Amino acid sequence: MIRWRLWLWLPLLAIALLFGLFALQLSRPKDEFVRSALIGQPLPTFSLKPALPGQPPLANTDFADGKPRLLNVFASWCVPCAAEAPQLAALQAGGAEIVAVAIRDTPDDVAAFLDAYGNPFSRIGADPYSQLQIALGSSGVPETFVIDGTGVIRHQHIGDIRAEDVPRLLDELREAGE
Amino acid sequence: MRLLLALLLALLPVAAQAQDGLPPAPYAYRQLDDPGLEQQARDLMDTLRCLTCQSQSIADSDAPMAGDMRHQVRTRLAAGETPEEVRGWLIARYGDYISYRPAPGATTWPLFAIPVLLLVVAVLVIARRLRGRGR
Amino acid sequence: MIAELGLAALWLAAALAALQLLGGAVALMRGEAEPLAALVRPAAQVQALLCAIAFAALLYLFAVTDLSVALVADNSHSAKPAIFKLAGTWGNHEGSMLLWITVMALAGGLIAWVEHRLPERTLLATLAAQAFVGLGFYAFLLVSSNPFARAVPAPPEGAGLNPLLQDIGLALHPPVLYCGYVGLSVAFSFAVGALLTREVTPAFARVMRPWVLGAWVALTLGITAGSYWAYYELGWGGWWFWDPVENASLMPWLAATALLHSAGVLAARDALRTWTLMLGVVAFSMSMIGTFLVRSGILTSVHAFAVDPERGTFILALLTLYIGGALALFALRAGTVAEGERFAAVSREGGLVINNVALSAILGIVLLGTLYPLLTEALGFRVSVGPPYFNPMGAIFFLPMMAVLAIGPLLRWRQDRLARVRWQMVAVAAAFAAALLAAWLLAGIALLPLLGMALAAAVAVGSVLPLARRRLTRAPLTLWGMVLAHLGVAVAVFGMAADSAFTTERLVALRTGEQTSVGPWQVTLAGVEPVAGPNWTALSATLQVAYAGGASVPIEPQARSFWAPAQQTSESALLTRWNGQLYAVVGGQAPGDGAERWQLRLWWKPFVTCIWYGGGLIALGGLLALIGHVVGDLRRRRRWREARA
Repeated sequence: MIRWRLWLWLPLLAIALLFGLFALQLSRPKDEFVRSALIGQPLPTFSLKPALPGQPPLANTDFADGKPRLLNVFASWCVPCAAEAPQLAALQAGGAEIVAVAIRDTPDDVAAFLDAYGNPFSRIGADPYSQLQIALGSSGVPETFVIDGTGVIRHQHIGDIRAEDVPRLLDELREAGE
Repeated sequence: MRLLLALLLALLPVAAQAQDGLPPAPYAYRQLDDPGLEQQARDLMDTLRCLTCQSQSIADSDAPMAGDMRHQVRTRLAAGETPEEVRGWLIARYGDYISYRPAPGATTWPLFAIPVLLLVVAVLVIARRLRGRGR
Repeated sequence: MIAELGLAALWLAAALAALQLLGGAVALMRGEAEPLAALVRPAAQVQALLCAIAFAALLYLFAVTDLSVALVADNSHSAKPAIFKLAGTWGNHEGSMLLWITVMALAGGLIAWVEHRLPERTLLATLAAQAFVGLGFYAFLLVSSNPFARAVPAPPEGAGLNPLLQDIGLALHPPVLYCGYVGLSVAFSFAVGALLTREVTPAFARVMRPWVLGAWVALTLGITAGSYWAYYELGWGGWWFWDPVENASLMPWLAATALLHSAGVLAARDALRTWTLMLGVVAFSMSMIGTFLVRSGILTSVHAFAVDPERGTFILALLTLYIGGALALFALRAGTVAEGERFAAVSREGGLVINNVALSAILGIVLLGTLYPLLTEALGFRVSVGPPYFNPMGAIFFLPMMAVLAIGPLLRWRQDRLARVRWQMVAVAAAFAAALLAAWLLAGIALLPLLGMALAAAVAVGSVLPLARRRLTRAPLTLWGMVLAHLGVAVAVFGMAADSAFTTERLVALRTGEQTSVGPWQVTLAGVEPVAGPNWTALSATLQVAYAGGASVPIEPQARSFWAPAQQTSESALLTRWNGQLYAVVGGQAPGDGAERWQLRLWWKPFVTCIWYGGGLIALGGLLALIGHVVGDLRRRRRWREARA
């Protein structure tokens, strides 16, 4: 009595594949991060005014002196940026040179932020309209990039740095120096 | 169904905005003087994704970063770049995710192949259903 | 006490659903003379009553802001206006699920009470299928989302409802949408019942049709209202973003539209049997998949509202059970359902087949575009699919469908000749050509809006032609319904095309007293001052606006700050004329030199309101058709009873 027709089973097959995809996506944590597509490529050309008056400015040419560095994208109005301050201090203590870029910030706010949470940065550039941030492919604050001695972006850390991230970042920095 | 959208669109940008001290970038809320160029900018901004709101174009968002990206788009167009150059520049930084207009390519071909398949199936079904019936 | 009463009613209702399923299954296997089978109808009716009691209990708890109930404490606040306290009942996950199951139980009770046209065995199978679907939702509510759980200790004050949701349109939006989803679940149950007993007849289509129509009217209203809400509340003048959440509500609508038309063919001509069954399953599947996408958070993900992987897993399990089961049943049984009557290419059915295929293809594209980012994410890369994809891809199928829509309703059933309707075709073609020429001459507009406008004109003319040479007072309600709905499509498409082609935008920073213009409007900033509402404070700008040198009228856009919870929204000010809307938003203070300047966003949107008028017309047409069918059914039923007596 039953006439088996193959095409009648197609909807069931399609829906099975679809639900399999749903189950797969449900079972793993969602990746919220938008990663920069510039990893492995040289820093974009930029030259920023200093975030604090009287301090040195920041340009991409500052990175091409053979020494690997961390580039920290932060803002005084960003809460996780304050939370990662101890880890930045630990990185500095571990021998890392950290340069920073302050996004959409005023000199007074940056100064107050550094007074409150310490200043591990060798230079801080000001990026009032997020221009460098967009040029870097960064989509939020804080983010930390590992830049090698020739000015090539080697690694991107998204979000605040936790204590367990410190050794990994130091490793990345060491690899970038080799 | 709209509840989520509402929260999505409203909560995030505002939360960020409340803490941000600086006024918006000059061309975030200002149009280009050349109406033709502004139209190009508007058309491009409609198809670029706001990264901090996740589900809106930069043309429809109050998020500071969306404003900064509008500034970036308008100043680049005013400096003589074409909309597609600006789109390409952004894709080089953020990947295909930034553009709401998927380009046919290695990662997106099913988006274009399946509608063609649908079209073929549709024509076949209609032709089969309607051919020589009812006599 | 009230909370416990509600919970008890809910448990009892679930038990009755189990009884209803059991009775239906027994009837199916051993025949409807079994004693258990006689319990199916009463079980459905009492279940409806119990669910109504449970929902009324939750409404009461929200009305009196009983903070000892966790759900109330989490979603309400004593300082909220009364209407939004009530709306808070369904403005959250648990309450909305309770609303869903209540509407569903009421629908089941109604069927059990009035429906006597189908063979009893098919009806009992339908009610069993409905109980089976219902049981899943009862389990979901009682196991993982109990709306009546107590908060220990009770907090002194509630957390409040998101201010964006404190809006009358949005208060009514979810219940309307749920009515739509439930209507489709009834259609699904009928389809499953018919598959189980292999009784796919015109009578089956006639019984199912009012439910599909009702669901479709509700979905149309829900989408139209939701779109207007996004338009004025989000403050950027956009009315459709192809966002996953919006697509989730569009997909069931597309499937329901196709189902409505194929059920019409089945009812009138006993054709398209398996196809109608398939659509019955697909339409409900789309509402469930949409619900899953929104609530599981796998697509939109950023915000925590209603997003919970555990709930997502539960809904996915229900989806697999119901949709997988129904499709397996379909695959097993559809081959044994005879194909039905035949028809010619040029016939009413022929046009409706094209309509169905096009709608299904559009549904496929929306589904593909919505889910493709999810697929690529599983493969480890990310893409975005937005308006530049959906608009042209959808148009490939939508525009030919519009062309068929202009002529199809004029054709006769079974077989017709195009020569018979040649004068109507000339009228439609003339409207198309005239609109194409006018739109092309008036403004150099893009291809899609241009074609949209021309086809809208063609459909507008074609849609009213079925009324030509009829005495209008004698034309049946169902015909009026079809004409209005099709005219509504033309009006809405015209509005969309006009908005896309003619909108002008002005972003400015003005000092008090300064003037600017947008389109034909002169806009003067008269002043900005703070105002206070019940649970917000705002900056309110007063703009004096004048159309084309006419008298000036004040409008007052606001930038509001709510304090429970803390959030900012912009209240746009809209000034509606017959030929469009002026849309004004006040932003923050502009940076600069001394004197205060305020950011304003202004749009002149010619004929944009046609989008929602069209949506309203479509819904009204559906409502008239629904009334026409129900009245006709009642009349037939009375005649049948008199004949029997």
